[in-house]
Amino acid sequence: MSAVAEMPIAAPATRKAGNWLLVATVILLSVWVLLPIYLLIVNALSSPEEVTAFPKRFFPSFDFGSLSFFINFAGVGRALWNSVLVATLTMILSIGFGAPAGYALSRFDFPGKGTFRFLVLMTRAFPLPLLALPLAVMFIRTGLDDTAIGLALVHTTLALPFAVLITFSLFSGIPVELEEAAWTLGCTRLQAFRKVILPLALPGIAASAVFAFTISWNEVFAAAVLTIENRTLTAFLLQSLGESPLYLKFAGGAALVIPALIFIFAVRKYLFAMWGIANR
Amino acid sequence: MHGKALPYLLLMPATLFLCVFFLYPFALVAFEAFTRDGGFTLDNFRTMTGNWKFPVAFWNTILLAAIVVPIQLVMALLMATVVSRLETGRGAALYIFAIPLGISDLAAGLIWLAIFDQSGFLNTLLSNLGLVDRPVMFLGYQSKLTIFVAVILAEIWRATAIMMVILVAGMGLIPREYHEAAEVFGASPWKRFVKITLPLLRPSLQTAIILRVILAFEVFAVVAALGGTNLPVLMGETYNWQFSLQDRNVAAAFALLILAISVGLTLFFLRVLRVPKEARI
Repeated sequence: MSAVAEMPIAAPATRKAGNWLLVATVILLSVWVLLPIYLLIVNALSSPEEVTAFPKRFFPSFDFGSLSFFINFAGVGRALWNSVLVATLTMILSIGFGAPAGYALSRFDFPGKGTFRFLVLMTRAFPLPLLALPLAVMFIRTGLDDTAIGLALVHTTLALPFAVLITFSLFSGIPVELEEAAWTLGCTRLQAFRKVILPLALPGIAASAVFAFTISWNEVFAAAVLTIENRTLTAFLLQSLGESPLYLKFAGGAALVIPALIFIFAVRKYLFAMWGIANR
Repeated sequence: MHGKALPYLLLMPATLFLCVFFLYPFALVAFEAFTRDGGFTLDNFRTMTGNWKFPVAFWNTILLAAIVVPIQLVMALLMATVVSRLETGRGAALYIFAIPLGISDLAAGLIWLAIFDQSGFLNTLLSNLGLVDRPVMFLGYQSKLTIFVAVILAEIWRATAIMMVILVAGMGLIPREYHEAAEVFGASPWKRFVKITLPLLRPSLQTAIILRVILAFEVFAVVAALGGTNLPVLMGETYNWQFSLQDRNVAAAFALLILAISVGLTLFFLRVLRVPKEARI
């Protein structure tokens, strides 16, 4: 009996303690994630002398010396442009190929559906960047070597499975009745898709496009294997790791990280929907 | 347009693409690994395993995966659990925890270089605290252990997010009623976690572990940024054979080895964490 009598009194106290623990854990984990990024930004916003000096200050001096050295360094401008170009092509290719497949998977039942899903899921059991090695030879034969489109094709194998699965869940979330209503009102299949389904699916498609862009923007191994003259930013930074000064590395790192932060912020609402279906 | 043909028409581009850029290179890499100058041979594998760096790279990669993945699993579970219990600021916490998901492995390596470099923040902190007289060389060729620790930290920092996101999505699928029922019967939060969340989370755990393990065997840019060539790993050796040593057959042998390990481990986890059909929610 006494245990029962005590419970209402003990509960708020333990709950309060639990809450404090919860908040403390969240703060600690947030610091663990954010502090290293902050330190990189401090370096990027300090002069080259400050970056190599010791001891370091924990606050940026807002000197743009490192960044302007980075931007003006031979090859950086072109590498940045290549990164954007390859990522944009990857985005277009993976949505262009992936969205129709996602739509077909969500709306039709047909023999071979399981096989296709298996093919898509199988890609995730492989370290895909490695496939850039044999492709390097094939690209030399077909003239795709060292081109933006060649690299974008490899990055698309990374991004396409996501595009298929994300668009599949998007289209599945839009009731088929909406489409059927449009058909009965005289729309063709294409019209119904364009006027009814597409506007509803567009934000999600945009999010998966941004995700495809990010995958390509961040990829290092295939980019370093497949490009020589037309290096992307990641390939450029990787190949100059040995000889480049610290402040160039840190400014380059910041140039990689800042867009990524924005991309993830832009798609944050969809991240969990994307991965939720990745479970299936 | 004929109704029956439409789905196939829609799937065609993606299927053709995956055949040309996924299945075909996969066959090609296997072919290259087993041939040299047009004839079948196992020489590439002999060259690979005969190189003095091979055992080092092999065990470094395995050891890294074996240390990093379990720690990440625990951290990801912790993150997912605290996020699911938050009432305010849930969105913000999720965004912050998910940030590393969008960060390149190379950038992650550079981020941790800023900390572990000789003139970096860790040395500054240590000397401010009076623990060291002059900056310690953490990442030199004589300090393999600290390079290893730095790589582990960077890997944990970078790739916990991907597991966390999968687990959060999975926890969202567990019906609330189970927890409520357990609470009524007086189960402690820990007991609820062990008896309800973990078993029902198995499909997500499976996905998260498989994805993460495959990523662990791809570790490359983080190591390149922090250790240069001082800490050989399998993917780095693959890159070396392709470029510095200009022998793509041996590089293909390395690639095939990594592929084999990845597929083997995928099958292993599919089997060990198998979810019977009737036990799915």
